[in-house]
Amino acid sequence: MNLLFILFFPLLAGAILLIAKPAKSFIWSLGAALIELGATGYLLTQMSESQVSQSFTHAWIPEVGISFSLLADGISGILIGLCALLVPFIIASTANTDKANNAQYQGLILTMQTALMGAFLAKDAFLFYFFFEASLLPIYFLASIYGGENRQAITFKFFIYTLFGSLFLLIGLIFVYLRTPGLIHSADMDVLYQTAHGLSAAQQGYLFLAFFIAFAIKMPIFPFHTWQPDTYTTAPTQGTMLLSGIMLKMGTYGVIRLVLPMFPLGIAAWGPAAMILSIIGVIYGSIIAIQQKDAKRLLAYSSFAHVGLISAGMLTQSIEGIQGALYQMLSHGINVVGLFFVIDLIERRTKSRELAQLGGITQASYVLSVCFVILSLGSVALPLTNGFIGEFLLLKSVFDYQMTLGIVAGITIILGAVYTLRLIQKSMFGNVSRITKDFEDLQAAEKWVLIPLCALVILGGIFPNVVLSFSEATVVQLAELIK
Amino acid sequence: MTAIIALSLFGISNLFLGFWFSRKVLQSLTLVFLAIGMGLTAADWNHELLWFGHMFRTTNTSINFSLLIQLAAFLVVAFSRGFGNDDEHTHPAEYYALMLFSVVGAIMMVSFDHMIMLFVGLEILSVAMYVLTGSDKRSLRANEASLKYFLMGAFATGILLFGITLVYGATHSFYISNIGTIIASTAPESTPNFLFIGVLLMTVGLLFKVSAAPFHFWTADVYEGAPSIFTMFMSTVVKTAGFAALYHIVGDVFGGMYSTWVITIYFISMLTLIVGNVTAVYQQSVKRMLAYSSISHAGYMLMTVSAHQASSTSTILYYSFAYILATATAFAVFILVSDYQTGRKEKPENFQAFEGLAKNNPGLAFCFTVSLLSLAGIPLTGGFWGKFFVFSDTFSRNMTYPVILAIMMSAVGVYYYFKGIIAAYFRDGDIEKIEIPSLYKIALWATTLGTLLLGVYPSLVKNMF
Repeated sequence: MNLLFILFFPLLAGAILLIAKPAKSFIWSLGAALIELGATGYLLTQMSESQVSQSFTHAWIPEVGISFSLLADGISGILIGLCALLVPFIIASTANTDKANNAQYQGLILTMQTALMGAFLAKDAFLFYFFFEASLLPIYFLASIYGGENRQAITFKFFIYTLFGSLFLLIGLIFVYLRTPGLIHSADMDVLYQTAHGLSAAQQGYLFLAFFIAFAIKMPIFPFHTWQPDTYTTAPTQGTMLLSGIMLKMGTYGVIRLVLPMFPLGIAAWGPAAMILSIIGVIYGSIIAIQQKDAKRLLAYSSFAHVGLISAGMLTQSIEGIQGALYQMLSHGINVVGLFFVIDLIERRTKSRELAQLGGITQASYVLSVCFVILSLGSVALPLTNGFIGEFLLLKSVFDYQMTLGIVAGITIILGAVYTLRLIQKSMFGNVSRITKDFEDLQAAEKWVLIPLCALVILGGIFPNVVLSFSEATVVQLAELIK
Repeated sequence: MTAIIALSLFGISNLFLGFWFSRKVLQSLTLVFLAIGMGLTAADWNHELLWFGHMFRTTNTSINFSLLIQLAAFLVVAFSRGFGNDDEHTHPAEYYALMLFSVVGAIMMVSFDHMIMLFVGLEILSVAMYVLTGSDKRSLRANEASLKYFLMGAFATGILLFGITLVYGATHSFYISNIGTIIASTAPESTPNFLFIGVLLMTVGLLFKVSAAPFHFWTADVYEGAPSIFTMFMSTVVKTAGFAALYHIVGDVFGGMYSTWVITIYFISMLTLIVGNVTAVYQQSVKRMLAYSSISHAGYMLMTVSAHQASSTSTILYYSFAYILATATAFAVFILVSDYQTGRKEKPENFQAFEGLAKNNPGLAFCFTVSLLSLAGIPLTGGFWGKFFVFSDTFSRNMTYPVILAIMMSAVGVYYYFKGIIAAYFRDGDIEKIEIPSLYKIALWATTLGTLLLGVYPSLVKNMF
C-alpha cells in the first residue's frame, strides 16, 4: 500500500495542479513533494530497520503475463530515496521566480516524479519500460515550453534520440520475454534473469548491445552523448536538475537492474568495449569541460564525465563497483542539483552564464560562494565530501579490474579539479565585473535550498555507511546472480 | 447477424425520414440505429451460427470485428456536423443512410463464409464510399478523389474476383470452410499452380483496400479530397473491415499455405512501413499526413498478419481499436480546426493552421496530443500496447528484421506526429476559443479517455477479444 502511495501521490498532486491551477501552486507542490519525501523516508527507515524489502503485485495484463509489480529493495530504495529527496529541492529552487506559482510548471515536475519513481520501483520489466518512456513526456513539455533559445528543436532531438534508443530496449525485452517458460510468458525480472542466463553467448551479446545502447543514450555514454550538452543548457534550470539529478540515473539503474544480472556472457564479450567507451567519455567530457565558456554547459560536460565513471564501475560487476555506482548516483544527484542551482542564482542576478563576464561574487555573497565551494568539492571528490566515497569505490573497482584502465580513469580526479576550480575561480573570485558589481546577497528561500544541500554533501562524506549498508545485502545478492 | 438486416432497413428508413427531419434529428436517430445494431450483434455472442445458405458465419471473432466497425461508425456519426457550408446542397439523410449501408457491407466482409459474400460485402462498402467521397460535388478535389477511388477500387475488385475464380477452379468450392479442408487434404505436389496465383490475387485485392504499399497510390489523394468526416470513416471503418477480411482469408482459409503467401505479405509489410512513414515526413497538410500515417499503420498490422500467431487475431483487434480511437480523435480535432481556419488562413489543412491551439483551446490541444501520441506509440496511450503486441507476435515467429525496421520507422513516426504537437503548443497563433457542440465534445473526450484507458489498462479490452 505504502509503495502505491509513494508511486501515485505525486501524479495525483501533479494532476490537481495541472487541472485546477490553484493560485498558490508553489506551496501546494512543495507541500506535496515534502509529503512524498516523508512517506518515502518512513518506508526506507522501516526497511533499513527490518532489512526486508517491500513489494506489491497486482495483475495488470494477465493475458500476456505482465503484472503491475513493484519492489523496493536495497538498490531501488536508494534511487527512490534520491528522487524523493531531490524533488522538494527542485521545487523550492523556483521560489521567488515567475515559475514559482506557475501551476503547469509545478504540475509537470510532480508528474515527472511519478514516472521516475515508477521506473525505479518496477519489478516487471515492461512496467519499467512503461515508466522509462512515460518520463519523457513531462520533461519534453517542461523543456519545450520553458526552455531557452532554440528549445523546441533541441528538446525534440533529445526526445527522438532517447526514444529511439529505448525502442532497442523494448525489442530486447520482448526477445527475452518470449523465451520465458510457460504458455503465458512472464516479464517478472527474476524470471527474465533466469531465462536470459539460458541464452547462448551470441544472443546475450546482441541483447547486451540492445540494452546497453538504450541506457547509454539515457546516461549518456560516449559517443551517444550528442544530445546532452545542448539539452542541459537549453532546458529550464529545474528541467536540467530533473534530467541530470534523477533521470540520468534511470540509465545507470537500468544497467544495474537489467543488464548486469541478465547477460553475464554478453558482458564478458562486450563489457570491455563498453568500459573503454565509458572511460573515453570520462576523459573527453573533462577535457571539453575545461574549455567551456558557459557555466551551465561546463556542468553538463562534467555530468557526462561523472556518469562515465559510474558506468565503468558498474561494468566491472564487482560489489565495490556496484556499491560505488549506487553511492555516486546519490551524491552526483545532490551535487549536480546544487551546482545547477548556483549557476541559476548567478544567472538570475547577472543575466549571464559567461565565465569571462563573471567574477568577484564572493565579495557580494559570502554564503553563496561558500556553498558553491562545498558543492564543487563534493563534485571533485575531496575526502570528507560525498563525492569521495563513490568515486573512490568506483576507481578501486576499475583498478582491480584492469590496471591501465584504472590509471586512465584516475586522471579524471585531476581533470575534474581543473575544470571545477576554474569554474569557482572565474565566477567567485577575481575582480568584480561590470555585471557582478550590484550582486544581491542570497534571499532566505534560496539559503533554505543551498545550505541543506551542502550539509548533505558533508554528511554523505562522513556517514557513508548509512547508505552503503542499506544497499549491501541486495548488491551481494546481485553479485551472486552474476557469477 | 440480424444486425445487417436491421441496419439495412434503418438505412432505407433514413432515406425517407430525411423528408421530415433535420440533420440533427437524423444524426441522433442514426446513433440509435447503430446502438441497436451493436446490441443485435452482441446478442449472437457465443452462438456460432450459419446464415443465408451457409454463406455467412457468426463467430466471436467476427462479432468482435463487427462491434468494432459499428463503434467506429458510431463515432464518425457522432462527429458529423454540417456537411458542407450550406445545407441546401447537402443531403444528410442520404449520407447517414450510405454510412449505414457501408457498415452493412463491412459486417459482411468480416463474417463471410462464402467468397461471393466477401465480394458482395466489399462492393456494398465500396460503392457507398465512392459516393460519399464525392459528396461535396462542387469541390473539384472531391470529384477527382471520388473518380480516382472508383477507378482504382473497381480495378482492385476485378483482381479480387479473378483471384476468387482461380481459387474456385482449383478447389471447386466457394465455401471457405471447404476450401480450407480441400487445401489441407491435397498433397502439395498435386496442388494446381493457379491456386497460388489465385491466393495472391485475392490478397492483392484486399491489400488495395487497406492501402498497403505498393497499392497505396490512391490513398493520399482520396483522403485529402474527400470531406474530412468521410475520410475519418474511410480510415477507421473501411480499414478495419479490410484487415479483418484479409486476415480471415490468408490466416484462416489459406493458413495451411502459410509458406506461400508469407513472403509476399512479409515484404509488403516492410515496404508499407517505409513508404508510409517516410512519405509522411514530407507532408505539410495534416490530412495528408494522417493519410500516410494510415498507410504506415497498415504496415504494422501486416507484420502481425505475416507472423500468423495464435494471438494475431486479438492483436489485430486491439490494434484496430486503439487506432480507431486515436484516428477518430485526431480527425475530430482536425475538422474543428480546419473549419475554423477556413477563410482565415490560406491553407486551413496545414500544420500552420494548428499554431497556438493550446492557448485558448487547452482541451482540444490535449485531445489532439493524446491521439498523436497514441498513433506514435508512446506509453500511456493505447497505441503503445498495440505496437507492443505486434512486435511480440512478430518476434514469436523469429522475424527480427521487420521488427528492427518497424522500430526505426516508429522513431520516424514520432517525428511527424510531433509536428502537430509542436504546432499546437509551442508556436504562436491566434486561434480563438472554438465552439464545440456538446455531443461532439462528449465523443471527443470519450475517445481521448478511451485511448488513455487502453494505455494504462489494456487488459480491459484485451481479455474481451
